[in-house]
Amino acid sequence: MSIAPRKPPLQFALRLKRALGGKAGWNGLAAQIAFAAILAWIAYEIVANARTNLETQHIASGFGFLNYNAGFDVNQSLIAYNNSDTYWRVFFVGLLNTILVSVIGIVLATVIGFIVALCRLSPNLLLSRIGGIYVEIVRNLPVLFQILFWYLAVLAALPAPRQSISIFNTFFLNNRGLVVPQPVTEPGLYPFVAALAVGIILALGLRHYARRALFQRGQMIRIWPYVLGCLVGLPLVSMLVFGEPLKFELPQLKGFNFAGGARIIPEFVALTVALSTYTGAFIAEIVRAGVMSVHRGQMEAGSSLGLSRAATLRLIVVPQAMRVIVPPLTSQYLNLTKNSSLAVAIGYPDLVSVFAGTAVSQTGQAIEIIAMTMGVYLLLSLTTSALMSVYGWRINRSMAA
Amino acid sequence: MTDISASSFVRQDLVAERAAPAKTTGFIGFLRTRLLNSPGNILLTILGLLLAWYIVIPAIKFLLVDAIWTGKDRTACLAEKAGHEVGACWPYIQAKLTQLIYGFYPEAHRWRVNLTYGLGAALLLPLLMPRLPAKALNSGLFFFAFPVVAFFLLHGGGIAGFGMSWTAGLFELFEQSIGGAGDLLVNLSKSSAIAPLLWVLGKLLVLVGLLIHWLIFPLTWLRDQLQASSAPVWGDFLLTAVIVSAVLFVLGGGMRTGHRALIGSLLTFAGIAAGIKLMGLDRGGFPIVDTRLWGGLLVTLVIAITGIVASMPIGIALALGRRSTIPLIRIFSIAFIEFWRGVPLITVLFFATYMLPLFVPGNFAVDGLLRALIGVAIFTGAYMAEVIRGGLAAVARGQAEAASALGLSWWKTTSLIVLPQALRYVIPGIVNSFISLFKDTSLVSIVALFDLLGSLRASFSDPNWSTPTTAFTGFAFAGMIYFVFCFGMSRYSLFVENRLNAHRRH
Repeated sequence: MSIAPRKPPLQFALRLKRALGGKAGWNGLAAQIAFAAILAWIAYEIVANARTNLETQHIASGFGFLNYNAGFDVNQSLIAYNNSDTYWRVFFVGLLNTILVSVIGIVLATVIGFIVALCRLSPNLLLSRIGGIYVEIVRNLPVLFQILFWYLAVLAALPAPRQSISIFNTFFLNNRGLVVPQPVTEPGLYPFVAALAVGIILALGLRHYARRALFQRGQMIRIWPYVLGCLVGLPLVSMLVFGEPLKFELPQLKGFNFAGGARIIPEFVALTVALSTYTGAFIAEIVRAGVMSVHRGQMEAGSSLGLSRAATLRLIVVPQAMRVIVPPLTSQYLNLTKNSSLAVAIGYPDLVSVFAGTAVSQTGQAIEIIAMTMGVYLLLSLTTSALMSVYGWRINRSMAA
Repeated sequence: MTDISASSFVRQDLVAERAAPAKTTGFIGFLRTRLLNSPGNILLTILGLLLAWYIVIPAIKFLLVDAIWTGKDRTACLAEKAGHEVGACWPYIQAKLTQLIYGFYPEAHRWRVNLTYGLGAALLLPLLMPRLPAKALNSGLFFFAFPVVAFFLLHGGGIAGFGMSWTAGLFELFEQSIGGAGDLLVNLSKSSAIAPLLWVLGKLLVLVGLLIHWLIFPLTWLRDQLQASSAPVWGDFLLTAVIVSAVLFVLGGGMRTGHRALIGSLLTFAGIAAGIKLMGLDRGGFPIVDTRLWGGLLVTLVIAITGIVASMPIGIALALGRRSTIPLIRIFSIAFIEFWRGVPLITVLFFATYMLPLFVPGNFAVDGLLRALIGVAIFTGAYMAEVIRGGLAAVARGQAEAASALGLSWWKTTSLIVLPQALRYVIPGIVNSFISLFKDTSLVSIVALFDLLGSLRASFSDPNWSTPTTAFTGFAFAGMIYFVFCFGMSRYSLFVENRLNAHRRH
């Protein structure tokens, strides 16, 4: 008598149930159908209403308008633009301006944030109190309030160009913005850039070699003189051989305004200052929390292993703090980029201001333009959050190992 | 016995007292340990003092010492008139104060705004004090009754019907929409490859519409009868009260245990009746004040409070949806949350201002303030959903398992066991998102609403008060208001957090 294994019962119905209704089964399927019906009804209402409303307002939907002439000027543009260019070009002008203000704001905000965090962590009571007061004041005021404050109060109170505040006679600050020396390219630029690139690659190669020597043979190689030579020496040599890479044209006061030099528009200055100080306060708190999250025993364990204070910080404390710091730091960078859309309040020509603002009022294509603008920001945040999940996954893996 | 004094190694005199160790307590000790303990630290202290000196002294000088306190117009705040360097121009704030607080709300009706502020404070303050009892009643009044009362107080106007009429109207709208969709499909079927399918679907929808029409016929008939009667609101109100109370009585357990539900429902309706009678809603209510006249702190608070009240249910629904086991609902919730969290608020406000009016039927004119409110509610709801999801994840899994072991349904498990605990955990998070919402209300000034910041900006352009220090004065004043609100809330959030973590303190 043999015991033949019985066939398992037919799983088809179960599988079907699972596929259609998820874990909730047939109830889930009913809920999904009802939900889909409601969604379909709402979508139908929206589409039908939008169609009638657009017809009564005589607006043709579609993206054809992007090829029309924009016909308005933009007061700051990184790419060549004049008022006979298309709306496509307006879109890119705005996008580039958004990226410009975000990148500069992020760099400045990081610097401010780390300095304030160091102040707050300092054993010096006065300094940590000053840092704390800065953080409390800046975080508790709306960012738009701060942008308008810098733009309408501080920058407007600056003197006229003739009485500009001069910084080393190179930078001039007045109510029409900040005048800075303009870099002019010289023939030595390309060899200089090439030498710099070669230097960076060589330095990276050296570092790789030194690390391998350390990990595989336990051999410590002092490489910093060579790295310095690559990074500074090579460009210097190229400058000596081919001449200067850049010349700076200094601004000169002529009549009522400046000749020469480049003018940074006050809107840009106000926006950058406000965004970087505001985000800097948040970054300071993040960095402080990150450093304080590393247990004091870690530092003690490092020194008991005979590592120097600097080596303990570099190899033990900072990597652990970075794990806590990086995810919220990225979300602050993202916030700064999103907040840069407040440029529309002071007329800095960013994406929202020129595209979702001026272009909408000129063409009336609200649906298309606002969808495109939202799409840009959405793409940016989804990409960032995807990168962050990869980062989080790697951190988890290295913690588990 | 030898003479001790002869042994030369015995000391004759006492050792001199050593100096006391450096003081580490008290003011001097504090200075020594925290500020001056090393050369580097001394340098930092000097730097900090210099920094404070160059910020604090000019600020005090500007705000108090050099400030002008009285005056009629801009000439009082000019350096030539005052005879010294002029600081803050406070008469300007005095002149613009009503505009900064009420906007252009008619002067004769400002008591309505004040009454709303008073009601809100009277309901909110007890809600914030954990010691006081009756939190359920209090939060019910604040989150449900107060917004409605505030609407009729601030906006004015009355009601033409009550529950029955509204239900009938809603069903009629739905029926028309379904019928319209059916007709559209039937029309489409004339020029399509899948004509029979579309035709059948369209006819089916028309049939459903017809069915709904006959189903709700008693309701619409009753409504028409009520509207024709002498007191439509009260008749409708009575009918609604009786029906809702009866339903609750049956649902609450009938003769056995339904009394509680019945009494609660009757009391609620009595409260509503008192509200209708007091505000005279059945006779047209207060005169209507158009929202375009609202402004200043009023708009800021209206948007902030509405935002928080409306975002709570949106957030709870989305958070539960995101944790749901039903795929479509989960996917929809995730997409909804991530979409609104991924775009800046200003584009959401643009969306609400420019796109939303296109999405509703043409005969609905959506009020400008209402558009902004919808945008803010959706945006904050998405953020709130993530906060609440954190709370839901913090509730131990055993709680829900124990509840289902007791035989509670999903709804009961969620509403009685999981949500109350989850919401308690996230009170600090909710307060934090309220702070950022309060700060974000300033953005509505970009879509042509005059909130505190918008009114401030508008007041700068008044030539009667344009002086070099006007802008600084205005920003100082508005900044103080924003700071007091936000700082107060952040302290409150810390207080709640400490209370929640009381068991972990050591």
